[in-house]
Amino acid sequence: MRFLKDIWAIVQKDIVSELRTREIFSSMFIFALLVIIIFIFAIDLSEVRGIDVAPGILWVAFIFSGTIGLNRSFLFEKENNCLEGLLLSPMDRSAIYFGKMLGNLIFMIVMEAFTLPIFIIFFNVSISGRILPLILIIFLSTLGFVLLGTLLSSMSASVKTRDIMLPVLLYPLIVPVIIAAVKSTGVLLEGKSLEGVMHWLKLIIVFDIIFLAVSFMTFDYIVEE
Amino acid sequence: MKGGWHGQTCLSVQEGEEKYFQVKERMDNTRADDYIIEVSGVTKSFGNIEALRGIDLRIKKGEFLTIFGPNGAGKTTLINILSNLMKPSSGTVSIGGINLNDGGDAVRRDIGVISHNTYLYNNLTPYENIRFYGKIYGVDNLEERVHNVIEQVGLKGRMYDQVGTFSRGMQQRLSLARALIHNPSVIFLDEPYTGLDQHAAHLLKVLLNRFHTDENRTTVMTTHNIERGLEMCDQVAIQVRGKILYKETLSKIDRDNFEEIYFAVCKANNQ
Repeated sequence: MRFLKDIWAIVQKDIVSELRTREIFSSMFIFALLVIIIFIFAIDLSEVRGIDVAPGILWVAFIFSGTIGLNRSFLFEKENNCLEGLLLSPMDRSAIYFGKMLGNLIFMIVMEAFTLPIFIIFFNVSISGRILPLILIIFLSTLGFVLLGTLLSSMSASVKTRDIMLPVLLYPLIVPVIIAAVKSTGVLLEGKSLEGVMHWLKLIIVFDIIFLAVSFMTFDYIVEE
Repeated sequence: MKGGWHGQTCLSVQEGEEKYFQVKERMDNTRADDYIIEVSGVTKSFGNIEALRGIDLRIKKGEFLTIFGPNGAGKTTLINILSNLMKPSSGTVSIGGINLNDGGDAVRRDIGVISHNTYLYNNLTPYENIRFYGKIYGVDNLEERVHNVIEQVGLKGRMYDQVGTFSRGMQQRLSLARALIHNPSVIFLDEPYTGLDQHAAHLLKVLLNRFHTDENRTTVMTTHNIERGLEMCDQVAIQVRGKILYKETLSKIDRDNFEEIYFAVCKANNQ
């Protein structure tokens, strides 16, 4: 119970801070919106089927804007060396990771909830009857991205070149989830059911489980000294 | 838990925290002439650089030790090791009879640290900051305790303003409230006066003196400011190039000549 209380304390603290500044959400949402608008103008939808390019564009918007959020996440903990303040407390160090990870997940999901309707309108795609499977795919893929991203963000936060370091470390490792997310989103947007994307879904779930375990085991060593 | 070291209700009983209660019990039962902090042969290296070269230190319950030393003497590294933020390369540190390697998490609950970094979130208010730290330390009667400590450091009137708008002195006073929210028995102060003007430094000194003297906390402070360092302590030590080269009771030294002693010790070691 203590562990869960500590995680919740960190999540609450991050939400209160974000509600006050709206730094993470606004930067993520504006970036995602810009990506969608730029692609709308760059692609001639009279020549290309929207459904062929839309899944890739959606995930480019999600992942790139998510990276902005991840970069900011541990930056707040570096301000006044607050991360050290957390490490001085008796709480389990992995609670710090899970607290930050859950905060990042919430911010990304909120950004996605605002971005998805705009994407649907601009690309004129229909998701009726596939809303729940699409939400499941987006949630699990975002979870994988945030699980790995939070871990790497904690590593890169101490580096001067953190803005470059995080994408350099994150993107090569997150490729399996991105491919699975784009492919399964495409299949769902074409009107097929969840059964048609089960193999991609399993890949995402396995990725999530692996990085959940890796993060739990390694975060202690990452933040030590 | 009731009847802690300072006789206040402060920490809650939690699952799997037997180790903490062992630590607390030992600290409660520590007599005034017992050593509460024992450091033996501690070394710390960062690559080829030896930050600490065999530190031996023993501090009694309720004592105030000030460690002086020039920049690069390893004072912050020593505080980081004492507060269990960093592991020594070799040697042992025990607090309340518990080796930090065995019961570090439990010991951390009874330690408060104030450094030149405030560990405060600029976007949050004093109330939110202190409440957050109170939660992660598992403090009982949290609301009451938060209001009490903020009032004690004289910031009750600014309780709901963002910390980012505070002066350095106010932030450092709030940092003191943060370090005391869980009512620790041991306090480590790492250059607490850094960046403070005379007035802010004086206010901080008054508060530190109150929390040390009135509540009998064991305190270790590092500083290179001789005047400030001698104000409250009852033991002094000089650390140079990773070693404690001088340790004496304040009553046995001539305060006016301490600066000469300090420079002589530093000079003898090529600082």
